[in-house]
Amino acid sequence: MPLIYPLVFAAFLFSAGVYGVLARRNAVMVLMSIELMLNAVNVNLVAFNAYLQDQLVSGQVFALFVIAVAAAEVGIGLAIVLLIFRNRETVNIDEVDLLRW
Amino acid sequence: MTGQEVAFLILALIGGLAGLLVVTSRNVVHAALYLVVALSSVAGVYLLLAAPFVAFVQVIIYVGAIVVLILFGIMLTRAPVGRRVLDNTLRARVGAFVVGAGMFVMLTVFLAGAFGGERIANQAATATSALGESLFRNYVLPFEAVSVLLLAALIGAIVLARRD
Repeated sequence: MPLIYPLVFAAFLFSAGVYGVLARRNAVMVLMSIELMLNAVNVNLVAFNAYLQDQLVSGQVFALFVIAVAAAEVGIGLAIVLLIFRNRETVNIDEVDLLRW
Repeated sequence: MTGQEVAFLILALIGGLAGLLVVTSRNVVHAALYLVVALSSVAGVYLLLAAPFVAFVQVIIYVGAIVVLILFGIMLTRAPVGRRVLDNTLRARVGAFVVGAGMFVMLTVFLAGAFGGERIANQAATATSALGESLFRNYVLPFEAVSVLLLAALIGAIVLARRD
């Protein structure tokens, strides 16, 4: 299989995630877009692992690390979103300006 | 074109379409369900790239845990429906589209220039034992760091979400 196939697929998923992060105003949707971007990175890691035929399978090991970090990130992210919703009755990220001067 | 490539193109088409629908859907719950399709097709891509263990971890953690967590988040934040509450203004969306499309074109051009002719050799699937051996022999320190990170995230989430 040409290496460029998974790379372009990953680039597309990443760009879709970038569009989602910039275009959405609901915090949960932004978290979903971030998951798309993390998945694009994982596709790259696994594709290059297969391309280089690494003896240490580093690409797959790091894909597992990224998955674990993504799980931690979405847990903390949703806890923060729930806290904001409880205090402000909204999850729109343009209305949450507590840290703005 | 080999069967592997055909399977990959079908998966990539489904996954790319689902990914687009995740970021454009008008309904949060539909977006979460499209995310399931996109993540599952990524798991299929891992299978085609000879990484079955990562594919199963993807299905268990992403489709099984993270999407359920996101659905809980949607449920607890009173899922709003409609373009106006979910998306930014048209002007911001056009800007976001320009950034996203520009990034895709740029990445594709650069990647085609750098890896245009390269091929992934056909190979046996990575044995889970090989993956475990590498993980617990060469990468045991980052593995322990990730376990501490997960513990910290667990405690942090409890502290944040607690009501007192």
